[in-house]
Amino acid sequence: MPVSILKQGPYLIASVQSALTDTEVIDLRDSLLAGVAKHRSRGVIVDVAALDIIDSFVARSLTTVARTNRLRGARTVVVGIQPEVAMAMSQFGLRLDEAYTALDLEAGIQLLTH
Amino acid sequence: MGDEIRVRIASDADTVTARQAGRDAALRLGFSRTDATFIATAISEIARNITVHAGEGEITVAGFSEEGRKGLVVIASDEGPGIHDVPAVLRDDYYSEFGLGMGLWGAKRLMDEIEVSSEPGKGTTVTMKKWMGFDEVGSMLGGE
Repeated sequence: MPVSILKQGPYLIASVQSALTDTEVIDLRDSLLAGVAKHRSRGVIVDVAALDIIDSFVARSLTTVARTNRLRGARTVVVGIQPEVAMAMSQFGLRLDEAYTALDLEAGIQLLTH
Repeated sequence: MGDEIRVRIASDADTVTARQAGRDAALRLGFSRTDATFIATAISEIARNITVHAGEGEITVAGFSEEGRKGLVVIASDEGPGIHDVPAVLRDDYYSEFGLGMGLWGAKRLMDEIEVSSEPGKGTTVTMKKWMGFDEVGSMLGGE
């Protein structure tokens, strides 16, 4: 899977390295949910700067992660959405309900730790 | 008419190939990065409709020119089960639990024109166009 997931203290940081197929998006979703359970993480950061698009399937999967984590007391921050990708999501009407968003990884970590 | 790009769609990896080919073609034709991302996102949705509902099909992307205006056309075709009520799936309030409606609906919002022809049992063809024009937000973002 072209995603690296790193445990940093009470947080998980997932960095997407390239465009993802739907199968890879499902793997990412499942790995994050399993990782939070295994490490008792309090927060997850998903860096999507390398994603070429966020369509309905990706948005739904990220929302599932955020919603599931929230029920378990962990927060989800999606960082690095490219300006053009954000424009397309806005035009499409896609939202990332229940996930926090931040400009980049640094801002995401700040959001979780403050 | 520019070069036509043809991508066979049989798996979700083909969907990535098709949307990246669409993005590259759009940028080559002179579309802004924002418009190219709109086009790639729309292709991703309709390619998923093919893999989920028909199993396999094909997407072609080509530039075109009409009355002095340039644009890009995407044609997605399959020989799958077809759509029984095409006007319904393009309505704003349509929602399918399998996501079919959402994909076409999204493609409609991201592109300038969309036409769906379908015959139950025989397949579906989606033709969608994006016209080149001044992109206010794209230029604001430095996309042009």
